[in-house]
Formats: sequence, C-alpha cells, structure tokens
Amino acid sequence: MEHLWEFLSLSDPNIRYVVLGSVLLAASSAIVGTFTLLKKKALVGDAVAHSVLPGVCLAFILSGVKNPIYLVIGAFVTGWISLVLIDFITKRSKIKEDTAIGLILSVFFGIGILMLTVIQKSGNAAQSGLDHFLFGQAASLVGQDLVVFSGIALILMVAVMIFFKEFALIAFDTNFAQTIGFPVRALELVLTTLTVLAVVTGIQAIGVVLMAAMLITPAAAARFWTDKLKVMIVLAAGLGAFSGLVGAYISYVAPSMPTGPWIVMVISIIALLSFFLAPQKGILFRMFTQRKFQTQMLEENILKLFYHLGEQSDHQYYQARNIEDITKKRPFNLAKLRKGLKNLNQQGFLDYSEYGWTFTNAGKNKGQRITKLHRLWELYLTEYLRIAPDHVHEDAETIEHIITPELEQRLEEQLQYPRLDPHQSKIPYQD
Amino acid sequence: MIQHVDNPVVEIHDLTVTYNKKPVLWDIDLTLPAGSIIGVIGPNGAGKSTMIKSIMGLVPLNSGYVKVFDQDLQDVRSRVSYVPQKESVDWDFPASVMDVVLMGRYGKLGLFTRPRKADKEVALDCLRRVDMEAYAGRQISQLSGGQQQRVFLARALAQEADLYFMDEPFAGVDAATEKAIINLMKTMSEQGKTVVVVHHDLQSAVEYFDWVVLLNLRLIANGPVPEVMTGQLLQETYGGKLTLLAEVGELLTKKEFPSREKE
Ligand SMILES: Nc1ncnc2c1ncn2[C@@H]1O[C@H](COP(=O)(O)OP(=O)(O)O)[C@@H](O)[C@H]1O
Ligand SMILES: [Mg+2]
Repeated sequence: MEHLWEFLSLSDPNIRYVVLGSVLLAASSAIVGTFTLLKKKALVGDAVAHSVLPGVCLAFILSGVKNPIYLVIGAFVTGWISLVLIDFITKRSKIKEDTAIGLILSVFFGIGILMLTVIQKSGNAAQSGLDHFLFGQAASLVGQDLVVFSGIALILMVAVMIFFKEFALIAFDTNFAQTIGFPVRALELVLTTLTVLAVVTGIQAIGVVLMAAMLITPAAAARFWTDKLKVMIVLAAGLGAFSGLVGAYISYVAPSMPTGPWIVMVISIIALLSFFLAPQKGILFRMFTQRKFQTQMLEENILKLFYHLGEQSDHQYYQARNIEDITKKRPFNLAKLRKGLKNLNQQGFLDYSEYGWTFTNAGKNKGQRITKLHRLWELYLTEYLRIAPDHVHEDAETIEHIITPELEQRLEEQLQYPRLDPHQSKIPYQD
Repeated sequence: MIQHVDNPVVEIHDLTVTYNKKPVLWDIDLTLPAGSIIGVIGPNGAGKSTMIKSIMGLVPLNSGYVKVFDQDLQDVRSRVSYVPQKESVDWDFPASVMDVVLMGRYGKLGLFTRPRKADKEVALDCLRRVDMEAYAGRQISQLSGGQQQRVFLARALAQEADLYFMDEPFAGVDAATEKAIINLMKTMSEQGKTVVVVHHDLQSAVEYFDWVVLLNLRLIANGPVPEVMTGQLLQETYGGKLTLLAEVGELLTKKEFPSREKE
C-alpha cells in the first residue's frame, strides 16, 4: 500500500519518467493498433513484433553499444523486411498469407534468439539488459531510452491525427479510395510504417514476444463499448495507457520482474471483462436479452392458451382457470408456469381469485392478438410460400411473438383480412 | 449484335483481364452511349464486376485500354463514381451513415482536408434523395441490406459525378429499395448522367435499361434493349456453349501458361 502511494504521488523523478514513457508508448501503439485491427492485419502485427528481434541484435553486434537509436533503426529495418517478404511470398507463390506470416515470424524470431544467445556468450559487458527486449522492462525506460521511445510515441499520435480521414477510408473501403484518386499504396505504406514504429516503441518496456498483444488488444476491447471510430481510438488509448501504468508500477515494486507479461495481462483482463460486460455486444447483455425474450414468449403463450380455452368453452373467455386446466391443454414446466401467471397477474393481464386465474380485458385482447398473429402467419406461409399446412405451426409459434403492429397491418392487408386459417380455425379480429 | 456509338462515354478497346493467369475477360471491345441507363448482364462469374473494376482502374489490364469521356480515367476521376457490391466492405466497421456518405466528398476535398459544413449539407441532401435522412446518425452495422445499398448510393450521389458504375445494386434489397433506386436512376439519366448497372435478373432488365451489354467471359452483345434481349443472344450468354472458353481458362491456370506472348 505504501508502495502504491509513493508510486502514485510521482514524487520520485525516476518514477515519473518511467510512468510517462510506459503510458505514452502503450497509448500510441493502441492508437495505431486500432487501424491494424480494423484492417484485419492482427497477425501481420504479430509477425512484425517478432521480426524486430534480429534487427535489435544486429544493431548491437555492429555498434557494440546499447544505444536506443541504433537499436530502433535495426528493429525498424528487419520489421520492414519481414513485411516485404510476407507480401512477396503471398503474391508470388501459392502459399497463403497466414502460412507466409507464420513462416516469416518463426524464421525471423529464431534468428533473433540465435543472435541473442551468441551475444550473451560473447561476454561483452554492454550487453547486460539486452534480454529485456524479449519480455520488456519498463524500469529501464530512463535517460536517452525514454527520450527516443517517447519521441516515437508522440510522432505516432500526431501522424494518426493528420492521417485520420485517410486511414479510416482505406480501412473501410480501399477500392473506393482508389477510385477517387487517393494514393492508396502510399497511404498503406505510411500506415504500415507506423505499425512497425508502434511495435518498435514497445520493445524495451513490453518486449517483442508480447508487443503484438499491445497493438491489438486495447482496440479489440474498446470495440465492445462503442460504434464510433473516434471514441474507439480514444478508449483504446486510455485502456492501453492504464495497462502501461500498471506495468510501470510492477516494475517499481519488483524491479527484477519483466513488465511485458504484466502489462499484457492487465489489458487482456480488460478485454475479457469487456467481452462479458459491455452493453449491446457483451455476452451478459445478450444473455439477458435472450432471457427477457424467453419470459415474454412464456407469458404470451399463457395468454394465448387462456384464449384457446375460452374458444373451446363456447367463448366463455372470462371463466376462472386453474393450473390443471392449463396443463391439461399444454404441458408447461410448472415452476415457469407459476412464475408466468404471477407476472401476468402483476401486470394486470390476469386476475386471481380462489377459483383460479381469469382474463382481464387487456389480457383477453392480448391473448386474442397472439392467436390471430399465429393463424395469420400460418396462412401466409401456406398461401405465399406454398408450405404444407401441417408444417407451418412450429414456425408460427416463434413468429407470433415478434411481429410488430406495423407488420401485423401489412399482413392483414396482404391477405385481405381472411376469416379462417389453414386448419379452418377462425381468425379472431378485434371488434 | 455489337453496336458502336459515336462520342461514347466509355470506350473499351481489346481488353483482356486475367486472375492468376486465368483470363476472365477475353478481348472486350465496346462503346457505351452517354445519358442512358445501361445494364451489364451475364451469369455468375461472367466477369461483370471485373469489367467494371477494370474501367475504374482497380485491376491490372493484361492488354487493351479503357477511355472514359475520351480521356484516361486519371484525368476525369472527379466525373466518375463507383458503387461497389455492398458485400465488398465490412458493415461492422465503426462508422455512422453520415460518415460513409461524407466519403463521397473526399474526392473533391483531397487529402488532409476535413469535411466542411457545406459537405455535410450535401451529404444530408443525398441521404434525403434515397429516403435515408432519418438515419444519418445511425451506425452502419444496424442497417438492413436495402438500407446499406441506399447509403452506398447516397455516397455516390455526394460525388456529383456524370458517370456512375453500380455493381449489383439490386442484389439483396427489398422491393421498396429497388423501386427507389430505379426512380433515382431515371432522374439521373434525365439530367444527362450515364448510369451503368451490373444486374442479373433478365425480366426486370428489359424494363429498367435503355441499353444492354451481354457478357460471359467475352462480349456477346452490346446495343439497345430491343435488339439485344433476344432469345438467341440470351441463350448464348446463359447457355452451355461457353464451357469451352472456361475450360481453356482453367488450362491456362493449371499449366501456368502465359495468356499473352511476351513482347
Ligand atoms: N480477386 C480475384 N482473384 C481470383 N479470381 C477472381 C478474383 N475476382 C474474381 N475472380 C474470378 O473471376 C471470374 C469473374 O468474376 P466476377 O468479375 O466477379 O464475375 P461476376 O461479377 O460476373 O459474377 C470468376 O470466375 C471469379 O471466380
Ligand atoms: Mg459480381
């Protein structure tokens, strides 16, 4: 707790820098990653992330020092080469894109690991910390490293702002962009460059192994909460920044722990929560809607049944019915039936007395409407779609609950207010 | 029956297009008259979309050239509008109806300029013309197939072009939308604009179009509706005679044979 307070107060300038760096780079890669996700290039992002490792190692071998500028250049170069190769393989051979991506990713990463091992065995004192590039170490974001990586992050943000309209267009409809004369290839090139740069910003704090997750996951989580591109970008940046902050904190309390996995775990939990909790698109919300629909179907079916019972007992609609009357006609699950009856009573569609349940006026009207819709739909299916009368009942059982008053009217007009359904039952209209 | 016109809006000369070496259009040579509603008709896989795409410069040409308003497309882009098949984009994209229609203004705006108030008003007006004004703020993921098509049309209208290419605008739309689209086309052609429509229902084709291109890997007919929509030409378009051409195409892919001799 004390740690947390000390950390959040940002009193230590070192902490301030680490926090600033982590937040900036996580936010900027989330912003660029939004377009990577929307262009359905998530896998490509992963390939690039793994392919920067040999570049980092090569830059170190050639320069002999751990200067972030050299490392970034090295990473950028091999990241780009991997993209060019994937493109080349896909275009020039029968190998499909996903295979090409997998191939390039493993070859480049393998070479990278090999070079890393060689460097570590070489005994060069400057190499200590190079292995951070695998899983990240936010605490090392100080001095020149901080300046370089934060600088790139800022460039990314500004670039996306400048190219916002163009990127959105090529993500949605590339062909259209081309027909209005936009330089689509150049724009794609810029976006790809930004993607590679976004990966490069993360190599120190997050590491190459998990960097692709930082590119894609914030955007994927944000997508659950909004349908607006601008909101999605801001939200993705915010979620990314938050996980970056957590990573910086972990790095502060446990300096020997790699930060990449922590940062990625936080953003993954956020994505998972979004998957469950988000309104409209989230699983829980959809389950809830399903349930609501189930309840509505049950209640409407009970009212329909009351109406049928009324029809059978010589149109005595307002007679009391007990559970037995109901289940004799149609086997309901008893617990559900009781609950449905109780709800209908509360909503004013049924009255309850010692003799059982009775239609109210509103209840009868509703039961009658559902019966009518059922029979109209059966007739529609047999007349217009030429489906045999003994096959239409099941279908009508569902459709009767979702027909809107507007469709109801069109159905009546199109069928010209028919009197009988295909089974010769009378179609009951409201007087 | 291949009729050539004077002062055509579109001239295709000896066009051949291949995908992975397999030719899908063979030696197309045609001209289209200005101010008419033109149907491009043929069975599935006949190369209709490919022909439109090659006019719009979206696929590389193996041979031949295309001229629009007697110029290269590059020089007249602002006068030409393309409505792709609505399945060609992901309608789950986070954008509103207004966002999509505004894209129709981008050609005029150019790079790095945000849409201005005037562009928004044009976009709203175009939405009004396809009866979608009330949906301006709606997310595109919530639209029905017919509404998606109307949004694409509104985007095309916002381009204020003189020549429109529409790929299957009637596919998967409701009757009301189909009628709205055809009325819109009639109005456009009265204003002297040319509309080229990919379509595959023969019955309505006779009713909708002034001029028809029959296509099945090669050009079968190009001319006014009464002369083109004859039993024999349709039989040639839809009948089995073309399997030979298709088979040769297959052969070219399998053998990796160049479809043109290297020059
Ligand atoms: N991008 C593509 N790559 C490979 N083959 C394609 C591609 N697009 C279309 N084809 C093939 O070209 C032929 C013509 O396609 P298309 O122009 O879409 O026909 P239509 O629009 O008349 O249905 C079809 O056989 C189709 O499978
Ligand atoms: Mg097509």
